[in-house]
Amino acid sequence: MINKLNVASIFVLDKDEALDFYVNKLGLEKGQDVKQGSYRWLTVRVPGNGTEINLEQPGSPLHDDATAAQLRELIAKGAMSSLVFSTDDVRGLYETLQERGVTDFTQEPIEHFYGTDMGLRDPFGNAIRILQQGKVAQKVTV
Amino acid sequence: MNRRLLRARDAMDRAYAEPLDVRSVAAVANISEAHFSRSFRATFGETPHRYLQRRRVERSMFLLRETDRSVTDICFDVGFMSLGTFSRTFREIVGETPSDYRAANGPVMAPNCIWMAATRPRAASSVAPRSSSFGEADAPAAP
Repeated sequence: MINKLNVASIFVLDKDEALDFYVNKLGLEKGQDVKQGSYRWLTVRVPGNGTEINLEQPGSPLHDDATAAQLRELIAKGAMSSLVFSTDDVRGLYETLQERGVTDFTQEPIEHFYGTDMGLRDPFGNAIRILQQGKVAQKVTV
Repeated sequence: MNRRLLRARDAMDRAYAEPLDVRSVAAVANISEAHFSRSFRATFGETPHRYLQRRRVERSMFLLRETDRSVTDICFDVGFMSLGTFSRTFREIVGETPSDYRAANGPVMAPNCIWMAATRPRAASSVAPRSSSFGEADAPAAP
């Protein structure tokens, strides 16, 4: 039986810019940063959570030039990766992200039957949603 | 280019209820008005006018399902400026009138990001916009 999600990958257009955004803006921590030849294995993770998010960049050695170009087009129009995070205070986090210079919000915090969530995009177009679960949703998932 | 167009599409998602014209949305993407519409259609498969119409109709479908607000109030809530334009656009995209849709559909229990996409009507985008506006200011017509 599978007992844990270890690594999930998202596509970014620049690993250094992604690392800056996900760590210094969003508040994640750097996980692994290992070079093997020209390839850089770079992950981030939620502090205290073991699941790594692999920041993957289209191109060699994983993709040929044509495939990489297609992937870059899809990333930039928001048709590739997305992430959903949880928080205890989505409105507080919204203010914190603004203070850190995040401007690309797709939705300010809005209440729903399952909780309050907000939406933003990373610098490349990937959609990010951050949810503060409501009491109804917590009961359902328990 | 795609990233800028996505930023403009996100702006329409956020500000769907406000009076919008092609020029102001194109400005978000920092692209000329004529080039913006062509590029948007090439990238996302429909004109910005049609995307905004579907966004507004999607929100009106939500309000029809989840609230008791009148059809007229909902029409203005989602950015249409006349009940006639709203009714005609809704029927063209959804295939039934707002009142019939309300009578046949109840609340949807799914996360916001899912039902926004899942319930957004998909219709052929063969109807070309008649002007550079997004259709909010069409002359009133009978519903």
